[in-house]
Amino acid sequence: MGMTLTEKILSSRSGGGRLRPGDLIEAGVDFCFANDVTAPLAIREFEKIGVPAVFDRHRVAMVPDHYAPNKDIASAEQCRVMREFAWAHDLPHYYEVGRAGIGHVLLAEEGLVLPGEVFIGADSHTCTHGALGAFSTGVGSSDLAAVMATGELWLRVPETIRFVFKGSPAPWVSGKDLVLHVIGEIGVDGARYRSMEFAGEALRHLSMDERFTITNMVIEAGAKNGIMEPDEVVLDWVEPRARRSFTPVFPDPDAEYAAVREYDAGRIEPVVAAPSSPGNVVPVREAAGVAVDQCFIGACTNGRIDDLRVAAHLLQGRRVHPRTRLMVIPATPRIYRQAMQEGLIETFLDAGASVSTPTCGPCLGGHMGVLAAGEVCVSTSARNFVGRLGHRDSRVYLSGPAVAAATAVMGRLAHPDEVR
Amino acid sequence: MSDPDAREGSAVRFRGTAWKVGDHVDTDAIIPARYLVTTDPTELAEHCFEDMDPALARRIRPGDVLVAGENFGQGSSREHAPVALKAAGIACVVARSYARIFYRNAFNIGLPLLECQDLHGVTESGDIVAVDQVAGTISNETRGTGHQAAPLPEFMRRLVEAGGIIEYARRKVAGRRARS
Ligand code: SF4
Repeated sequence: MGMTLTEKILSSRSGGGRLRPGDLIEAGVDFCFANDVTAPLAIREFEKIGVPAVFDRHRVAMVPDHYAPNKDIASAEQCRVMREFAWAHDLPHYYEVGRAGIGHVLLAEEGLVLPGEVFIGADSHTCTHGALGAFSTGVGSSDLAAVMATGELWLRVPETIRFVFKGSPAPWVSGKDLVLHVIGEIGVDGARYRSMEFAGEALRHLSMDERFTITNMVIEAGAKNGIMEPDEVVLDWVEPRARRSFTPVFPDPDAEYAAVREYDAGRIEPVVAAPSSPGNVVPVREAAGVAVDQCFIGACTNGRIDDLRVAAHLLQGRRVHPRTRLMVIPATPRIYRQAMQEGLIETFLDAGASVSTPTCGPCLGGHMGVLAAGEVCVSTSARNFVGRLGHRDSRVYLSGPAVAAATAVMGRLAHPDEVR
Repeated sequence: MSDPDAREGSAVRFRGTAWKVGDHVDTDAIIPARYLVTTDPTELAEHCFEDMDPALARRIRPGDVLVAGENFGQGSSREHAPVALKAAGIACVVARSYARIFYRNAFNIGLPLLECQDLHGVTESGDIVAVDQVAGTISNETRGTGHQAAPLPEFMRRLVEAGGIIEYARRKVAGRRARS
């Protein structure tokens, strides 16, 4: 029996032996990062380990994204701790505000996460990078501190579930709809401790941006990582960006899976995750009509250029409903610039949306669009837990960018067909 | 805050009031993101479970036991969540299952977790629960029931024996330096 993609990558970074689910390994880490919320704790723990320097200063990134630009004095202090550490250790991949974006989008774009590598981040959505054919998972601050010091991480080799999408997605169906559909079916702990490997011809119809959305949300099913084969779409995207040489890894044809699940992508419709769980998934047509106060298009889930293009296409020549507000937040400065050059930013402004500098912003209820009691938001982010975007009595529907844009125009939860 | 456990040799025992929460309690519920601008345990403890039950944090006494359902600690990787629980006075958590990042984080910051299938069903908030972490035995004294926790996975046992991830990393780099 062969190995799954995750097993093969972990094997190559832990001595090359045959790995089975449940094996304990110490894997070499190719790259790691922390953000302004997790870095201060990681730095404090790192200092207890008693090493003068990080394992490789070219392989440790720090990104202010959650509460940056600093939203208040407390967050300014946290960003300062991270900045001073980055300067003291001369980290070339510290990104200052203005050059920073959401870590999970920025580091891939910068060519710092590559196929076949092991990538560890002190943030649960680090699983995003699996779309590149990398093993990528999130840890807490203490684990990250140990990685920063040693360049290695203890891992239990996960069982792998393979998800095969056949056919091609229907109109308006994006990577977000596919992944929400899966989470709705298997539940928020349906892949707990496991690896989710995605495959099938439908992936060929998805851009890298949509693929990142899929692996981004595997944590919402409890998975350790999500992963896809580095096919031509991946290699075409990575090659011009890569900062290091890399060796793509592919799953063995006779790999052993805990389960294989097949989907006909053509039968999946646009969906939302209704309040207050990413697993509470219903077709948009069933939820349509709910009055909506705010729409948010952005986050590490859907703040990429393709997401903004879909939204702008729906907003072109239209106005955001007078009783609704729309926030658009490009995930990185490069995406912001691209959106500007393509005229998307102008479309958003013409429609009456707000466009802000890259940040996690409203995704975690921190700043730039916090919800009041009783308010309803349609958000392209990854989580709609109670209080996640603001008051505990606010309610959040998760959707792809098309539904969020259509909803902004209609002022109520809407299927994109209602607008175009 | 005084350490609530009674240490006898290597045994660690807890006895306290149980606080029961449901399935899939997420780390935003344990500590809302708006408080992640601090790493101060006391401040985090004040806001523990604030959006779920604003009165709960004030009712927890040092040494109390949190009894949870499935997938406890899902969501964000914030280590602030186990830190907040511990500083609020929770001596240990007994859940039916845990989300993986929370599981690692709790051990890393010294909050003991036990996995037990049947305690949750018989327990109500306010019951007195006693836990022997090493033997894995749990009793609900109010209901007169006894329970057995699943043994620690080998992975976690090795980490716990090493004194936690930071101590483990400290020894590893010291060993490397001695060799070089
Ligand atoms: S955008 Fe949201 S989910 Fe993504 S890293 Fe930021 S806070 Fe986390």
